[in-house]
Amino acid sequence: MEYILIIISAVFVNNIILAKFLGICPFLGVSNKVSTSIGMTGAVTFVMVIATIVTFLIQKHVLDIYEIQYMRTITFILVIASLVQLVEIMLKKVSPPLYQALGIFLPLITTNCAVLGVAILAADDVNFGMLESVVFAIANAIGFGVALITFAGLREHLDLVDVPKGMKGVPIAFVVAGLLALAFMGFAGIA
Amino acid sequence: MSRAQIFTKGFIKENAVFSLLLGLCPMLGVTTTAINGVGMGLATTFVLLMSNIVVAMIKDFIPDKVRIPSFIVIIASFVTIVELTMQAYMPSLFDALGLFIPLIVVNCLILGRAEAFASKNSFIDSALDGLGMGLGFTFALAILGAIREVLGSGQFFGLQIYNGDGMLVFVLAPGAFIALGYLIAIINRLKAKTESK
Repeated sequence: MEYILIIISAVFVNNIILAKFLGICPFLGVSNKVSTSIGMTGAVTFVMVIATIVTFLIQKHVLDIYEIQYMRTITFILVIASLVQLVEIMLKKVSPPLYQALGIFLPLITTNCAVLGVAILAADDVNFGMLESVVFAIANAIGFGVALITFAGLREHLDLVDVPKGMKGVPIAFVVAGLLALAFMGFAGIA
Repeated sequence: MSRAQIFTKGFIKENAVFSLLLGLCPMLGVTTTAINGVGMGLATTFVLLMSNIVVAMIKDFIPDKVRIPSFIVIIASFVTIVELTMQAYMPSLFDALGLFIPLIVVNCLILGRAEAFASKNSFIDSALDGLGMGLGFTFALAILGAIREVLGSGQFFGLQIYNGDGMLVFVLAPGAFIALGYLIAIINRLKAKTESK
């Protein structure tokens, strides 16, 4: 039950993009097509879950024990940067078309605040054990995917609509994201 | 490009948020009030300025292949300095900005400037670029913060300017997206006007 609550809360109520404002760059950058946004979601999910596991272990078994919590930002970002490198190498080998499609956004996962944000939130929460942190990371990755793919679907339709000249492109995308966030606020009652 | 141009291009022409769409997470996340926006902007400016200076000074010693990790470590060190300083001397701002302080490290603007400018230019130019870009970012955060504060709670930098309820939605998440969308539209319009002259 506790895990279900974590999942519902992270996917719908406190959606990582629409309520916590993490990961806005890929949210705008790769949401032109549904297919690329699905690939991006996959890459982010993978990095986010592994990064949370590794940083959680580092926090509990290195930083807390030696009382060097102030080193957290530096340690976490280094772990995430090396993980992204690893995913990039793997993807290049395993799935070249996906690698082509994600292009510049793969190295950008390093500077995707969603990954570091989730790692810090999980390490900060005193109630979280290992399993809760993993569930939390997966749930946030799903939340990221739900918001990103929904938004990509909306933007595909947006291309066909006659938008006032000044609002074309990014401005109208932000307004649509705002309406999507408004819709997600409707979930606020359930958790 | 003259030094004056390097400094001023970050305000409007190449403004991090309005033109380059970098650093959007803190832009949307902390701008519930103008004062939070300014605090976040200045913290980012400090990190950007220092990292640009350091990167420009040691650029010749960093092997090309490991430059990105090196830049990230430099940035993360300055973020830690800001984090600890703010926690000690400005605890209320520290609480208000919360998670977004450690997240300065993943602000694409900072790494972007280190990679695109500081690693190719002298350190005086890089310092000017960092300062200009940072102040431009602060300016953007302050504008969005002020708009959301005025519309959402009827205050301007904490001063009550009209009575009665504001539109709560502008303090909440959806308002941030919508306000920024219209703000970018207005700025695009102004830019198109000045360019056509």
